[in-house]
Amino acid sequence: MNTTAINVAARLETVVGAARVNATSESCAKFAIDGVVPSAVARPASSAEVVEIVRFAKSEKLALIPCGHRTKLAIGMLPSRYDIALDMTALNQIAYYDPADLTLSVDAGMNLAELAEALAQQKQFLPLAVPFFEECTVGGTIASNIGSSLRPGYGSARDFLLGAEFVNGAATFTKSGGRVVKNVTGYDLHKLLIGSLGTLGAITRLNFRTFPLPEGYGHLVSTFSSVDSIVRFQAMVSKSPLAPSSFDILGPEAAQTVAEFKDDRDSPLPSWFTRGEWHVCVGFEGTETILRRYSSELVQYAQQCGASNYHLLEKSDNKSLGGALRELHNLLARSGPAATIFRINILPTFPPDVTNLRTLAQRFSLPCCVFANSSGPLYFALQPNDLDAKTIAALAQIASSVFEYAASKDGQASILFCPRELKEQVNVWGDPRSDAHLMRRVKNAFDPQNIFAPGRFVTAI
Amino acid sequence: MLTEGAAPKPLHRDVIRGLQNILGASMVLHRPEDLLLYEYDASIEKGRPGAVVFPATTEDVSRVVRLAAQHDIPVIGRGAGTGLSGGALARTGGIMIVFARMNRILELDLENQRAVVQPGVVNYELTRAVEHAGLYFAPDPSSWKSCTIGGNVAENAGGPHTLAYGVTTNHVTALEFVLPNGEICRVGSRHGDSVGYDLAGLFVGSEGTLALVTEITAKLLRKPESIKTLLAIFDRVDDASETVAEITARAITPAACEMLDGWTLRAVEDFIHAGFPLDSAAVLLIELEGLAEVVAAQVAAVEDVCREHHAREVRVARGEHERELLWKGRKNAFGALGRIAPSNYVLDGVIPRSKIPQALRYIQEIGERYNFKIGNIFHAGDGNLHPIVLFDPRDASQYQRAIEASAEIIRYCVEIGGALTGEHGVGMEKSELMPLLFSDDDFDLMRRTHDAFNPNSALNPGKMFPLNKGCGEITPRAQAAVRAVPL
Repeated sequence: MNTTAINVAARLETVVGAARVNATSESCAKFAIDGVVPSAVARPASSAEVVEIVRFAKSEKLALIPCGHRTKLAIGMLPSRYDIALDMTALNQIAYYDPADLTLSVDAGMNLAELAEALAQQKQFLPLAVPFFEECTVGGTIASNIGSSLRPGYGSARDFLLGAEFVNGAATFTKSGGRVVKNVTGYDLHKLLIGSLGTLGAITRLNFRTFPLPEGYGHLVSTFSSVDSIVRFQAMVSKSPLAPSSFDILGPEAAQTVAEFKDDRDSPLPSWFTRGEWHVCVGFEGTETILRRYSSELVQYAQQCGASNYHLLEKSDNKSLGGALRELHNLLARSGPAATIFRINILPTFPPDVTNLRTLAQRFSLPCCVFANSSGPLYFALQPNDLDAKTIAALAQIASSVFEYAASKDGQASILFCPRELKEQVNVWGDPRSDAHLMRRVKNAFDPQNIFAPGRFVTAI
Repeated sequence: MLTEGAAPKPLHRDVIRGLQNILGASMVLHRPEDLLLYEYDASIEKGRPGAVVFPATTEDVSRVVRLAAQHDIPVIGRGAGTGLSGGALARTGGIMIVFARMNRILELDLENQRAVVQPGVVNYELTRAVEHAGLYFAPDPSSWKSCTIGGNVAENAGGPHTLAYGVTTNHVTALEFVLPNGEICRVGSRHGDSVGYDLAGLFVGSEGTLALVTEITAKLLRKPESIKTLLAIFDRVDDASETVAEITARAITPAACEMLDGWTLRAVEDFIHAGFPLDSAAVLLIELEGLAEVVAAQVAAVEDVCREHHAREVRVARGEHERELLWKGRKNAFGALGRIAPSNYVLDGVIPRSKIPQALRYIQEIGERYNFKIGNIFHAGDGNLHPIVLFDPRDASQYQRAIEASAEIIRYCVEIGGALTGEHGVGMEKSELMPLLFSDDDFDLMRRTHDAFNPNSALNPGKMFPLNKGCGEITPRAQAAVRAVPL
């Protein structure tokens, strides 16, 4: 521990007490972001303590980064400064839950899986089927806006987040929205927190609308030999009265990764997947009657669109496949030393020229995989075997092509996960866009002294 | 004796001439008799602009805004003027930009279910333009046949079907707007997700206080396979409100769940002849949508709940005509009430759905205590109350008491975990009530966000933020609010 670290920790202790501060090198290392290690870890036990810590950081001009269970710290650029890791995991209770109103208020540091268990007791759930589900916190899920595979059926967090409480950069405790399902009182500031990566403040509590757990689940896994067939299948389902809860399009390599996923039964998924082929996994929910209708119509559509094979999953297999699809980013992010995942926001219709991305990777002889969530982003993951200068140079070239590809489709792309070495060459958020100055105005309003997660976000926010 | 700000501040003739140079003389109204029409919206507020202009393009808007900035004159955006919170009124005079000429649908991308529209497009016109493809625009305020999408965006408007589909913000993916310095900006993306902060999410519902929206990219939804509309008739209001709470608790999500109390529905029936039973205490208008099998199961479940709560009768609308008639009764109800009292004040509080029965009893008590008839016709399914206080605005003491009674109801909504407004916006109507919900620190952050885009309050001044904070001005509404703030 260097002297700066000792100083920060010692002074921080005078603010919130020694029990809340940890500055051992071992602890600090756990909160490192791309090798940048904080001087101290503060673990507040109340929103009032968060205010105290932020006030201290503000007066001392120290940089803070709010953290949950640290599963997604690799998202974003390297912090330009990082003094205190603000460990939010001690704020981990359900503050209010009215099952009869289907509304919930939960501390940001609560574990998502634990929350799901509590809601399941009331036969309810939050449609956040996100990677790192077992370990991550609610706050980190919202702050990173990581994709949920249930988005086609339930929308994204902005559709069911009702309000938030947070401590902003002026060291004041503030709230936005409320706990009711319909509310237009004041600015929707909580929407700005979604995906803000801790740059606007420390989220202490989040209010959600909850949903009834469906009576039953079903999945159709169908195999396609061409992307064109998938585009036709997607269009046919989208124009039908069916409203699937999930619609995952998997390139051959992504299907392979999903197939190899091991859940708690400790065995790989059964072989619904055909090696070397594209697959679509459609999830649906409801009573037996409804599941039957989905099954028969989806099979019919798949066949009409030239599916070479299909499987309707047995009850027990739905959970395993759902788990594998949910964890796909996680599996790919951990798949190698230089794993790089792009998130590409283009129009909902799956682009037939997605094969160009695979060609791009092949040009650099890098293994890759492509997958998409029908109404959500398209993901392009590269899985180089080595982390060397040549690989990084190749990834940098690929990045610039991907950013161009997205722009050519009136869309935007960013890099979700990648090695630090790539971040030293490429801005993971892509080139600044015409709204960059507006983003900075928001940042200045929330965090005038730039103490929250500096340098991590778009346009060096 | 309505509210402050009715007297217009005349604009200097140089300003009028400047506006005429930008837009042409016929596109600028400035004579008092022409401006009268623009001092109202559908609320009980008033505020007359110094000039009203009709730009045709985003560039026109930008030029008008720049001219206004040079002369330090406020600018107020306005769609069709159907708002219920005074959002589109010139509280402190200034130039009102009416978007009536910017009413083109610029692009329909049916494959991707997106539409790009100008702000003056009427809500219903967008649905009409895409219904041949089985699509529609989901937000459906009662005024949907006249209100504009620009106004919907400014106020984050709702409607009966927001229960299942969300308010306007859930259906907007990108915006173009003009800042007070005339700068034209674009935020969001056609997809909906964008890299960086969700600026479209911030600007929707900002009530014209951050920018003037000049183009909207909206999502279009697919029409459901099956729609069933039920009319459940009750002899006791409590039974109807407990039915709503139970439908929610059983996690049945109708597309819409509306309640009309007996007194209101009699007034409506007299006018619309929708087929509402004249001798009932309350009815629920419940719409279920989706796959035929889902709807059939939900109809059965809803019927069960209604019967368990002593519904006298549950009717399922036979055919489109009967369904449309029921909705006509619901959507024109406020108009129907206009025949009974000289004025009515529609509130917009929201409460947790589990607390609807107690809230309705409280509203009844307030009506008795203040000696007003208070009708209830509201979006029960999402707890969005619309108590309607009937009063005569020509009687100053009645006006004052109507405001006080309303403030008490809103205070109660907040006390039981609710909010001030579910879909009408804060505007000038509820700005003084904002401290019921927000602390000084909350206001500081909202103010800093406001100032980040509209630093001199050049756009829509006097809205959303309480006026009495710091400047000592106490309006009748502020007095009521101050009394209503819990000690």
